[in-house]
Amino acid sequence: MALKTQAPNNTSSTDRIEKRVVLRAPRSRVWRALTNAEEFSTWFRINLEGAIAEGRPVRGKLTFKGYEHITVEMLVERIEPERYFSYRWHPYALDPAVDYSLEPTTLVEFSLEEAEGGTALTIVESGFDRIPLARRAEAFRVDDQGWDGQIKNLAQYVE
Amino acid sequence: MSSSRSAVSLKLPDAVPLFAALGDATRLRLLGRLSAGGPLSITRLSEGTGVTRQAITRHLYALDDVGLVRHVRRGRERVWDLNRERLDRAKRYLDQISAQWDDAAERLRAFVEEPE
Repeated sequence: MALKTQAPNNTSSTDRIEKRVVLRAPRSRVWRALTNAEEFSTWFRINLEGAIAEGRPVRGKLTFKGYEHITVEMLVERIEPERYFSYRWHPYALDPAVDYSLEPTTLVEFSLEEAEGGTALTIVESGFDRIPLARRAEAFRVDDQGWDGQIKNLAQYVE
Repeated sequence: MSSSRSAVSLKLPDAVPLFAALGDATRLRLLGRLSAGGPLSITRLSEGTGVTRQAITRHLYALDDVGLVRHVRRGRERVWDLNRERLDRAKRYLDQISAQWDDAAERLRAFVEEPE
């Protein structure tokens, strides 16, 4: 997979995750996939209800097998056409019995640049240091419920 | 835990004290110093911190309790070092979310690179 070659760009600090990929598609195409709610829903595996618009919340149920009962809410922060799109959400908020609304959010940022043969996309999720410690530990419980595929990916990043 | 398989299946009751021990600025700084230049003596670890040796010792034992550091005798001195295997597990929370973004990016790639 092409992502492997990008591994050096994965940061290891405790506050942020950064990914950079070059997509063989024009910038306008990538932009539409990121900010058109229907297109975002398709690749992200969510069913967003309503449009993605600056300053507005947008929510929807996940369409991952086994996680269809989870509603995710994204608060759209900033949209700079064909360049930058950001939203806030509660990472790993997968327990429907828990009210995450009072907890700090993380910021997810997508940035687009021209690149040879396509479009460079940088995805940054930051603010993990503000997430309560108990919640960070809770992720291990989610793991126990069977993120087998994720663990395979994980193996690429741990020695 | 020695095998990667058992390390991955860290259970919640095990993870809570680990993160609690990390939730302190002095302890995080101690881990940073050990990470950059360990093993180190308590005297060296206290230097420039403005924290007493006694307090540093207490913090080191708190980290020791959850297995983040360990100490060995070196001559007449006791020196402290990181327990890297344990730290790797604390890192795994971000690794999981990181892996989800890898998956999402791959799905986005498939989505935008396919002919419309």
